[in-house]
Amino acid sequence: MNQNIIFRTKHFAITVFSFFIVCQLQAQTDLDAIMMNKKQLCTGLMYNQSAWDNYWEGTLKRNNLNLGTISTQSIMGGVNYGISNKLNVIVNAPYVWTKSSAGTLHGSKGLQDLSFFIKWKPVTVSFKQNKISLYLIGGFSTPLTNYQVDYLPLTLGIGSTNIISRGMIDFKHQRFTVTASATYIWRSNVEIDRTSYYDTQMHLTNQVKMPDASQYQLRTGYRGRYLIAEALLTNWTTLGGFDITRNNMPFPGNRMNITTVGGNFKYTLKSYTHLSFLAGANYTVAGRNVGKATAYNAGAFYAFYVNKSTQKNINN
Amino acid sequence: MKKINLIFFLSICAAAFLISCSKEIIERTENIAALNPINIDLNAGTWKTILLKRPDTFLVNAPALTNSPAYVAELNEIKGLQQNISSAQKQIIKYWSAGSVLRWNEILRGLVAKHNLPPYQNTDDTYPAPSSANPFSYPQFPFSNPPYAARAYAYISAAQYDALVAAWHYKTLYNRVAPYVVDSTVKVLVPKSALPAYPSEDAVLGGVTAEMMKLLFPTEIAFIQQKLEDEEEYRIVSGANVRSDVVAGETLGRQVAAVFVARAKADHAGAAIGTPQVWSNLASSTIALGQVPWISLELPKRPPMLPLFGKVTPFLFDTSTVNILRPGPPPSTSSDSFNKENQASYAQIKNPTREQNRIVQYWADGVGTYTPPGHWNAIAAEDFIKQNYSEVRWARNMALLNMTLMDAGIVCWNTKYYYFNPRPTQMIPEVKTLTGIPNFPSYISGHSTFSESAATILGHILPANTSKYEAMSHEAAMSRFISGIHTRLDCDKGLEVGRNVGNYAVRRAMTDGAE
Repeated sequence: MNQNIIFRTKHFAITVFSFFIVCQLQAQTDLDAIMMNKKQLCTGLMYNQSAWDNYWEGTLKRNNLNLGTISTQSIMGGVNYGISNKLNVIVNAPYVWTKSSAGTLHGSKGLQDLSFFIKWKPVTVSFKQNKISLYLIGGFSTPLTNYQVDYLPLTLGIGSTNIISRGMIDFKHQRFTVTASATYIWRSNVEIDRTSYYDTQMHLTNQVKMPDASQYQLRTGYRGRYLIAEALLTNWTTLGGFDITRNNMPFPGNRMNITTVGGNFKYTLKSYTHLSFLAGANYTVAGRNVGKATAYNAGAFYAFYVNKSTQKNINN
Repeated sequence: MKKINLIFFLSICAAAFLISCSKEIIERTENIAALNPINIDLNAGTWKTILLKRPDTFLVNAPALTNSPAYVAELNEIKGLQQNISSAQKQIIKYWSAGSVLRWNEILRGLVAKHNLPPYQNTDDTYPAPSSANPFSYPQFPFSNPPYAARAYAYISAAQYDALVAAWHYKTLYNRVAPYVVDSTVKVLVPKSALPAYPSEDAVLGGVTAEMMKLLFPTEIAFIQQKLEDEEEYRIVSGANVRSDVVAGETLGRQVAAVFVARAKADHAGAAIGTPQVWSNLASSTIALGQVPWISLELPKRPPMLPLFGKVTPFLFDTSTVNILRPGPPPSTSSDSFNKENQASYAQIKNPTREQNRIVQYWADGVGTYTPPGHWNAIAAEDFIKQNYSEVRWARNMALLNMTLMDAGIVCWNTKYYYFNPRPTQMIPEVKTLTGIPNFPSYISGHSTFSESAATILGHILPANTSKYEAMSHEAAMSRFISGIHTRLDCDKGLEVGRNVGNYAVRRAMTDGAE
């Protein structure tokens, strides 16, 4: 019965995307070329904050006075463990808050998705001062609660269970690195609370087909023993889905595409190498059915060996 | 070690692959069986019509005899088509044989959802209005908001019903049997029926609906015409009708539609949007009574939705009855009791549970949906499927439901603009709503009025479901309270008004000859 509010934008892509950004900022994650050593465990918290007031309704960039600025904050807890020097497992989960600065819509808060990754470095080739490594990463993520997904752009997440497969190549010349990755995300259907919906036709079901997605990332910069500084270019493309129609609401099944640029920093204390601090930012340069978000994040991680090994805590 | 890594990695990937199953979705009415009525309601030609003076107001010529050369040629057309039935034709047969009233209702719900989009503002912060004279320019005509939708469902359902009563009249008058009865070599791809085939009930429904849609959804004429042609092809390919059954049916349907189109053009809905003068008078007359007037909570402020819809001519009672059905005033906006009502709404939204959010979204039926009247059409249709009604009884029950919903909308809108009462969020800006806030006054709740009117007539049609419909109606009403959209009083009064409107439909149902 609500004729008025016209929110659009895909909070989800934002959340999920920010989510990936957060991951990479952990510095030992599913999107970077850094491995924990055998029996080394890293754990910590990342705070992420993203906000937008412009968004793309299909390909049309617009604002919405009835939303004002949509902001999403999250705190993600994560653990990364080295089964071996070449095989890591990563687990993390964020708690998310959303709100709009204008209009009457209620915000949301709650646990979002649990993610699990396994990261394998099967091949490393060294020549002169160069090193090239190949990584294969498999991931799985699924909602931790049955949060409502059909409440864009103020949902906590998109609600799909995802299977993530990724290939990544890392080139290192002394301290200079270039890392490129390509990811395919298989996404399960989601269930919404209503019994029907219209995308490009009427659907008499509460099941929504979620198109799969691809993600590409290029990152480059300095990777020292204590300091890591990288620039990132990331693209998420939804392989299907439909555009938000004029002045319509966003929907989980939209074609959400987003391209961001950003930077990451990590610093490990020389005096106490268990502890490292992270910070980063990213900026949306292009999109479709998503918000033009700017995001910041910061966190702290603690790494140690789970046995009494005398190995030094270093990033490989 | 490398081998262990590989095995570990591959086994995780394999497990993930196994979890990733097919994404195919089977929708609720996708695979339902072909309609095979328990009772063909052969006497339906005597049922009470809504607008038609008589079932034979429009003459349907006597059909050719089944042993005539013309009829034999029509049988040969069927046999020719049946030589090579394409998979597309099989799909059409599967789709339409589930029931014509059902499928046209589903199509209409889809169009309502597609067009239920509020126009985007102009650069000067005014809003453009859809124009039926220029339906393709933005904003397209119509904006099928809840009152518009209720009226569209009602006109189409009522016209379908009258057209089928007329069709049944001629079916029994001429008693021309189905082609497969005349010639046993004609394949039958639908359940056989003892119902006379001339004129075709499917073609009647296609014709009447297509003609009504020209008025109600003018940008969709080509889409509707394609559906009509599909349906008619299905009847012939399936052996259910010869072409002359179909031609006579479509013609009759279009003629009956003209009667309803004429009514629609004179029912005052065209003026329901009001004028800037009307909009400002609503506020100033409320202020003159010492009350806080409703204001739009949208940015920029949008004119109120269809403020004169309360003056549209109802189906089930006359215009003066609308004033009788309108409830008394809400508490004064300056009273303690009004403040308490709004504070209670505020308390509701502070910590919503997941279950409360589920209820809110289940019943929200907001922008881009088939609206609350459409939701009750879906509820009714999915229960009617189980009843194996004849098409004419399907149409009669949908007409009762949709006339009820339209009239409930009229009384509700009349009340909303009579009192022009502010919403909780206007009185207490901290009331953040769990779904989009509607752009019209608060008292009385539209969801509550629509829902209880529907529950009342549906409970009469399917008495075994009465308690289910009542529970649904009350949940729909409460969804608006727990979402912060309405006060509890808005919802309770809406239920009361809805029941009173529904009872008019029950009285009609008991005297229309179908029970």
